[in-house]
Amino acid sequence: MDGNRRYTKRWKLMQGAGHKVGYSALMSMLKYCYELGVRNVTIYAFSIDNFKRSPEEVQSLMDLMLDKIEELLREESIVNRYGIRVYFSGNLKLLNEPVRLAAERVMLATAKNSKAVLSICVAYTSTNEIVHAVQESCEEKWDEIALLNSSGGYEPDESDHLIKVTDIEKHMYMAFAPDPDIIIRTSGETRLSNFLLWQSANCYLYSPSVLWPEIGFRQFLWAILNFQRIQFYLDKKRKQS
Amino acid sequence: MKSLTPPLLRCLCLNRSMDFIRPKRMLYFWIDKIRNVLLRLSWHLVHSIINLCYFTTGMVHALESHLISRGLLRKYKSLHISKIRYLAIVIESEDACRTSNVIELLQWLAALGIKHVSLYDNEGLLKKSKDIILEKFDGAVLFQDTHENNVLLDQPRMTLEFVSFYDGKEAVARAANVLLMKYIKSGGIGSNQGEQIFTESQMSEALKTVGSGGPEPDLLLIYGPARCHLGFPAWRMRYTEIQHMGPLTCMTYGSLIKAIYRFTTVRQNYGK
Repeated sequence: MDGNRRYTKRWKLMQGAGHKVGYSALMSMLKYCYELGVRNVTIYAFSIDNFKRSPEEVQSLMDLMLDKIEELLREESIVNRYGIRVYFSGNLKLLNEPVRLAAERVMLATAKNSKAVLSICVAYTSTNEIVHAVQESCEEKWDEIALLNSSGGYEPDESDHLIKVTDIEKHMYMAFAPDPDIIIRTSGETRLSNFLLWQSANCYLYSPSVLWPEIGFRQFLWAILNFQRIQFYLDKKRKQS
Repeated sequence: MKSLTPPLLRCLCLNRSMDFIRPKRMLYFWIDKIRNVLLRLSWHLVHSIINLCYFTTGMVHALESHLISRGLLRKYKSLHISKIRYLAIVIESEDACRTSNVIELLQWLAALGIKHVSLYDNEGLLKKSKDIILEKFDGAVLFQDTHENNVLLDQPRMTLEFVSFYDGKEAVARAANVLLMKYIKSGGIGSNQGEQIFTESQMSEALKTVGSGGPEPDLLLIYGPARCHLGFPAWRMRYTEIQHMGPLTCMTYGSLIKAIYRFTTVRQNYGK
């Protein structure tokens, strides 16, 4: 969702206005996705790198996020309309307490929804996700080894005690969701900026030049049509891996 | 007799209504079938129009590429090639056996002054052909993990690195086992207490230890049918600009110049 600040500059708006318009664009895009039957949508709301911004900007983004997270809990919100289960993926300990508690409340409140899934990546980077998954895998193996040691069954040479790719994948923040089919990054930027690097191996990367607050159905439709052109190829690659 | 009449009557009524319902159901069935056929035809028509548009833009790009190769477009005459310290090329595995195309591409890159190139294909076919490639393209040395990154740029010849899926997710698993051994030796300090035990720099070091610690490319060029990185090592792609070049068999010098030029105009905030 790149381009909110550029949108503010372009239209000479007050600071933070771009992000508010970006939020409306997000709601529209989510509606298009869920109406068309897309079951899993993941959004990159706040990167760990974004903490490097000025404290005022970070605080205003946190305030906006808190406000919008609490809106999700309301009866008439999009999550209830489409039966969406919400996940917050990332190192939530880096968030301030009100935002973290609000996120946990939303995850609990929507836990029974099963028609669609919305993953909101907050305080997230792929490299942090990988290190976290490796750490969890090490702790799991440590517990296994400790248990075997106590029962006298631990053999240091057995490969069962080594971490495999599947062990790491099951501890990823995004383990609950399948790998994405399309990643859209707006504003014409062609890099992933530490987003879903592990999960995007066989994924179509689409970079429309439009700024995020200006995105509409036209760009979404174009992404889908382009994806359909190469779907057979990507499915073949997925089966091979 | 009296008790039989209502069921008989019901049967008669049902039969009559069945006679009426059957043609109606058939009608809806055929309407549905025709609608599906028309939808499918519309879908094919839309995609045919899109293919035609791409064919037309392909012709335009081919012409532009030809003009760039001839040096006729002023904009592309001076490239700030020093902005690209590390370049990665992702090649679709089915094309990876076309070593002559790969060598021609490397020759173009060497002529432009690129110092370090990582060649990636998912299945590792390029790795298997590395001896042939190094023999036929004598402008390069093989990348060794023991090289410090700043040393790579001081080499007079291009450093060539061969990467595959083995250096991606599997390398992270091997690096995880290196960290696991350290963790076991330390007695599992911090276990299950929610503390951060490993840092990203420790992960980078572990990846170097297992032989998959190459530098992060500034630019990644994908030669294949789709804009998809096909599993290039995730750890090395955080801020890499990704550009799709089309199939390897259609590669042109002009499109390479255009991609590099586009990269040199990009400005990154790195999250700030």
